[in-house]
Amino acid sequence: MLELVTVSLLNGLVYGLLLFMLSSGLTLIFSMMGVLNFAHASLFMLGAYFSYQLGRFIGFCPALVVAPLLCAGIGAAVERYGLRHVHRHGAVAELLFTFGLVYLFEELVIMLWGRNAVAYGVPPSIDFPLFSVFGGSFPAYKGLMMAISVTMFVSLWLALKRTRIGLVVQAALTHPQAVRALGHDVSAVFVLIFALGSGMAGLAGVIGGFALLTAPTMADAVGPIVFVVVVVGGLGSLGGAFMASMLIGVVQTFAVAIDASPLDMMSRLHLTVARGSLLYDFLAVKIAQAAPTLPYVLLVLMLIVRPRGFLGTRD
Amino acid sequence: MRADARAVAAVVALWAGGAAAQVKWAFIDPLSGGGASTGILAQKTIQFFLDETNAAGGVNGEKIELLSYDNKVNPQESLIQLKKALDEGARFILQGNGSSVAHAITDAVLKNNERNPGHEVLFLNYAAIDPALTNEKCNYWHFRFDADVDMKMGATSEVIARDKKIKRVYLINQDYSFGKAVAAAAEKMLKAKRPDIEIVGNEFHPLQKVQDFSPYVAKIKASGADAVVTGNWSNDMVLLIKAGKDASLRVQWFTYYAGAPGVVSAIGKDGVGLVKQTSEWHKDATPQLDADIVAFQKRFPGKENEYAYWRLKNLVEMFALAAKKAGSNDPVKIAASLEGLKMKSVLGEIEMRGDNHQLLQPLFVSTLSDKAKNEVEGSGLGWVTDLRLDAKDTAMPTTCKMERPR
Amino acid sequence: MGRAISRRWPWLAAASALAVLPHLPGLSTNFGRSLLSQMGIAALFALSYNVLLGQTGLLSFGHAVYFGLGGYVAMHLLRAVDGGLPVPVPLVPLAGALGGLFFGVLFGSVTTRRAHTVFALISLGIGELVYAATLMLPSFFGGEEGITANRSRGPRLFGLTFAPQIEVYFVIAAWVLLSAALLHRFTRTPVGRMCNAVRDNPERAEFVGYNTQRIRFIAFCVAATFAGLAGGLHALNYEIVASEAVSPARSGNVILMAFCGGTGNFIGPVLGAAVITWLQVSLSDYTSAWLLYLGIFFLALVLFAPGGLSAIVLSQAALLRTRAAGALLKGYSMALLPVMAMAAGAAMLIEMPYRMSTQPELGTRMRLFGHHWDAATPWPWLLALALIGAGLWLLRRAWPVVVAARQLGARSRD
Repeated sequence: MLELVTVSLLNGLVYGLLLFMLSSGLTLIFSMMGVLNFAHASLFMLGAYFSYQLGRFIGFCPALVVAPLLCAGIGAAVERYGLRHVHRHGAVAELLFTFGLVYLFEELVIMLWGRNAVAYGVPPSIDFPLFSVFGGSFPAYKGLMMAISVTMFVSLWLALKRTRIGLVVQAALTHPQAVRALGHDVSAVFVLIFALGSGMAGLAGVIGGFALLTAPTMADAVGPIVFVVVVVGGLGSLGGAFMASMLIGVVQTFAVAIDASPLDMMSRLHLTVARGSLLYDFLAVKIAQAAPTLPYVLLVLMLIVRPRGFLGTRD
Repeated sequence: MRADARAVAAVVALWAGGAAAQVKWAFIDPLSGGGASTGILAQKTIQFFLDETNAAGGVNGEKIELLSYDNKVNPQESLIQLKKALDEGARFILQGNGSSVAHAITDAVLKNNERNPGHEVLFLNYAAIDPALTNEKCNYWHFRFDADVDMKMGATSEVIARDKKIKRVYLINQDYSFGKAVAAAAEKMLKAKRPDIEIVGNEFHPLQKVQDFSPYVAKIKASGADAVVTGNWSNDMVLLIKAGKDASLRVQWFTYYAGAPGVVSAIGKDGVGLVKQTSEWHKDATPQLDADIVAFQKRFPGKENEYAYWRLKNLVEMFALAAKKAGSNDPVKIAASLEGLKMKSVLGEIEMRGDNHQLLQPLFVSTLSDKAKNEVEGSGLGWVTDLRLDAKDTAMPTTCKMERPR
Repeated sequence: MGRAISRRWPWLAAASALAVLPHLPGLSTNFGRSLLSQMGIAALFALSYNVLLGQTGLLSFGHAVYFGLGGYVAMHLLRAVDGGLPVPVPLVPLAGALGGLFFGVLFGSVTTRRAHTVFALISLGIGELVYAATLMLPSFFGGEEGITANRSRGPRLFGLTFAPQIEVYFVIAAWVLLSAALLHRFTRTPVGRMCNAVRDNPERAEFVGYNTQRIRFIAFCVAATFAGLAGGLHALNYEIVASEAVSPARSGNVILMAFCGGTGNFIGPVLGAAVITWLQVSLSDYTSAWLLYLGIFFLALVLFAPGGLSAIVLSQAALLRTRAAGALLKGYSMALLPVMAMAAGAAMLIEMPYRMSTQPELGTRMRLFGHHWDAATPWPWLLALALIGAGLWLLRRAWPVVVAARQLGARSRD
């Protein structure tokens, strides 16, 4: 039991930190510009693929740096040439633009690397067990993922709260006109934020690519959950995104381990329901089976009860 | 896709000497997504054997053309592609990856044949092994060329029963008809053969949606199981065994599809002596590697093309035999001729049962070993037979009552 | 009488067109009739979506939920009919509509509390939730296999069994025509107008005394009802409903259709549904890159023509009625060849990598525009680049003519 709890906790933390790596970029972009970038998870996918391709030519460590930079570049281009152009058509058009980008990026990946998963394996330099827990080993790449994620959080937080550019960004969050009037180039700040967010997604992709399967469908698998994290954590709050990703990561991992269902609990109370009825189906659902739906249940509940999320600063 | 179908036809024509293809087979299976590795391998295998058949003159003087359709293991999409296939003149439907799809196709083929007499099609099922398809949902137009779940579990449970060291078994399967059938068969047969074995877990996970199996592996470890029985296939099998390796899970793996692309590479030496598969063939099943296999590997090198579908060789050869016996390529006549057909294969005699259209063929339970004669996927490892059952010993009772055409 | 007919002529024309279409050469095959049926279902689905997007300004990312759930409800009724319940098969989609309405009320009460981005996110969340839940309730959703039934076992109606595709087509066509008429009427009702007000200026609508939340809820329920009806037709057409019917992919698809057709006028979604369905069904036969082309097409519309295809058609038609028509046509004919050259070059640059990465076993020799090329040699690539370059250069000379003609046309309309 203790083994299961410990291992699940570790797995949950790793998954939660991966989610945070992804969602921190999206939170920044959303807080900054109010644009929900649907293509954020696509940049995650691109980061994984770039790292895979570059890793084959220049090795993993350089790829770890170059791939996120490429993603940042793509993000900047999307903002400068796409979103800015679409902005005057309204918020709906902006959303639809990033929505269309999802299709575009997925198909471009298929065009260049094929429809199936590529063998993006753990690079030999970090393919060793970090420590062992209860007879199983905790791989070093998961440790690296955690380290990068925590570093990202800390450096972002410091950058936003303690540097001048961070101050400008925070101000532009709530009063873009005033900031522009003061002479700061708010458009350049927007491009910077979009590039930064995209670069962070790319970095998450570099690591996440060998933890998960690197395939064109990886954006669809991870994308919706990242939105849940951003919304539940609070639009505009990095700390909230951290809390939400850890919560979802740990809850989902633990949920898979729980085989109980309401029916089990009812049978302990000696209550039964007729088999084959819809009610039976509802009650027979094991928590482990319901695990994939939990993030979305959380999302819907949060949006009803407290739309600004855990620590959000605006609706 | 028509462009690709034309390309494939061009290849067939080049190979077979330029005559026009007149018998059309439709291959409806995943060519993208989680099942793609096995779907694409099956497509290449079928194409290879069709080329051989066409080169030898085809069936009743006509060549066979293979049209391919991607269904992404989605029953809805499969029916859409089936409509397309029928419109393009396909009379024989091949499918195998996903019993969920097979249920939809067998249903649709039955309806089509009832509603369009004179335009009947046959469903040649090469891998969807939910027993229901030859029992309560059996249908005259469906023929299955792979041993069903119960037949395979008969062999698997026999090997488990003989190993007195196994006391605790964990079942983990995909959450759909096939996975449920595997779990049910395992429970029933193990209870009958070894009542002392405790089933310490019976897990179902969503089909081809799980990216990270480490939570499931954690559960397996916590249960203290000695052996895991799983019917997982394609990505689900590869990722499960990879997560097991990552967590240093030491159990015996009793699988159906560990011989499929990617699994041996995922576990490597950690699996020696522990990973087992129940299948109709493995690379060391015959004293000499079959000439067809050698030719296939030559034409399609690379570890993702490691030969796995012996049953497709049986399927194509039996089809040709049935067509010859019937003297016609009409699906109705071929169906009548396939019923009860016996054929000699390299591994022994095989027979297509007339009562439920289930093929009887020898079954092997084999273990991953570093002492095998032939290695797979460039890993230095291969398969060694633990148990072999003759075709007639694999037969299971059936509840099939099919309506036959007059 | 004459005036009544002249006002209703578009509907009569549509009805006769629908009656004639499946008999036209090219469409009278089984494939053609299936395609028409598919287009009809898609058109109804897109029209229902436009009640949300075009009429009320609500961007929903989970509209397939009501389509799919309506489909499941209808399928369960069809199963009962298959088992002996004496309900005429053409009425089965009505169960889909009721199912859509039920779930629309259930989820809509939660979804429509907010507008704009929060609404979009809730709809996304509910869409993912329902999709993930399809595995969990096997008696309703049928698990991975879905639910199937036989549509030809119902009570005979005038000797029709509804087994042949043509009979199903007419059922679909009838329902789509009726629904389109009802939806059109809805846009003219006071409630429909209020939806427009909520879309354009919710603050002002509130000021004037309308409860914007209730209006959104009403629009949502109407949209869900007709989506459910489309789902019921889908169930009838394919005789199977599986989890794919509530998937995010299907939700995304209807957004594509409605937007590409144009959300600004009533006929837009129908046009979009027809075009996108046709592309999805037929284009995939010719190229494996069809979804990329679709994505590029969609993005181009978002960037340059957010009114969609219908807006383009209408604006060009208006311009052609002015005295700038001649100049406009001249400009377009000058631009046509460069644009085609650029498109051909871009297509080559897309098709060749697609072939090499998705079907390497077919080799690098491929057929494009009727000619054989070997993608492993540099010539096709150079040719593609040359086509794009030449096209771009010629277009730069032709485009000012088009722009000038448009400006002339715009001026002469004022």
